[in-house]
Amino acid sequence: MDIQVMKVGIVSCSGEELPEGTLSRLACRKVLTDLRPGETVIICLPLFIAGGEEERGFAKKYPTITVDGCDKMCAAKATEMLSGKPVKSLLVSDMLKKCDLPSPKHVRNLSGEEQEAAQAVAREIAQAVDEVLEND
Amino acid sequence: MAGKARKVVVLPCSGIGKVFGALARETAYELVERVRPGVAVTTCLPLLVIQDPEAKSLVTENPVIAIDGCPKDCARKSVELQGVKVARTYQAINFYKAHKDLKPEGISELDETGRTLAAIVAEELGEVVDKLAAEEES
Repeated sequence: MDIQVMKVGIVSCSGEELPEGTLSRLACRKVLTDLRPGETVIICLPLFIAGGEEERGFAKKYPTITVDGCDKMCAAKATEMLSGKPVKSLLVSDMLKKCDLPSPKHVRNLSGEEQEAAQAVAREIAQAVDEVLEND
Repeated sequence: MAGKARKVVVLPCSGIGKVFGALARETAYELVERVRPGVAVTTCLPLLVIQDPEAKSLVTENPVIAIDGCPKDCARKSVELQGVKVARTYQAINFYKAHKDLKPEGISELDETGRTLAAIVAEELGEVVDKLAAEEES
C-alpha cells in the first residue's frame, strides 16, 4: 500500500522592518521544528520571484497557510499572485488579539514576553495546520 | 556644490531556514540601528515582491546594498526586478569566510558568536555606506 503523508505549506511574512514580521518568522519556525514537524514545510517568500518553477509551484503542491505581520499582507498576496491561492491567510495581530496578548515592540532580540507571544502564535498556526489536514 | 545626501538601503535575505539568512538580517540590523542610524535604512523584502509603491520608490531613489544568505540571491534579484541595479551585493557566507574564528549558529536567532560576527561585519560595511551616501545623485 502506498501511503503518502500530506504536508501543509507555510509562507511567513519575513517583515525585516516590523516586530510582527520577526514574531511571524519565529512562530512559523516553531511550527516547523517543534509543533508539527513532518507535517509542515516552509519556503522563503522572495523565492517565489528568485526561484524557479519548483518554488513557484509551492502552493499548488502543498495546501498553503500564509502568515502575515501587517495588513499589507505580503505573504498572502505574493503567494496568490505567484504560486497559488492559500487555503488560509492568518494575520499576527488577529492571533495576538485572540490570545489577549500585546503587539511586540522589538524587531530583533525579542523579550521574554514576546517570545511567549511567538509561542502562542505558533500554537494558533499549528491549529490551522490541523484544520487543513482534517479537511483534506 | 555638495551632492544631496541620500539614504542607503540595506536589504537582507528574508531567509527563514538558514543560518546565513539570519546572519544577513542581523548584519543589516546592526548597520541600520547601531553603525549608521539615519543613513542606512531597510525595508521588508517581501514588499518588493508585491510591488509596494513606497518600497519601490525607496530602492529606486537610493543606492541599495543587498546581503544574501544563499546562492538563490533573493535580495539582489528582488531589487533588480524593479529595474534597479544594486550598488553592492554580498553573500553572508563570505562574512564567515573572512572571519573563520567566528562560526555563526542558529536559524531563528543567531547565537552570541553570530551576533559578534554581524557586529564586526557591519562596522566594515559602514565605510561602504558612507561612500554610497556621499555620492552625488547622477
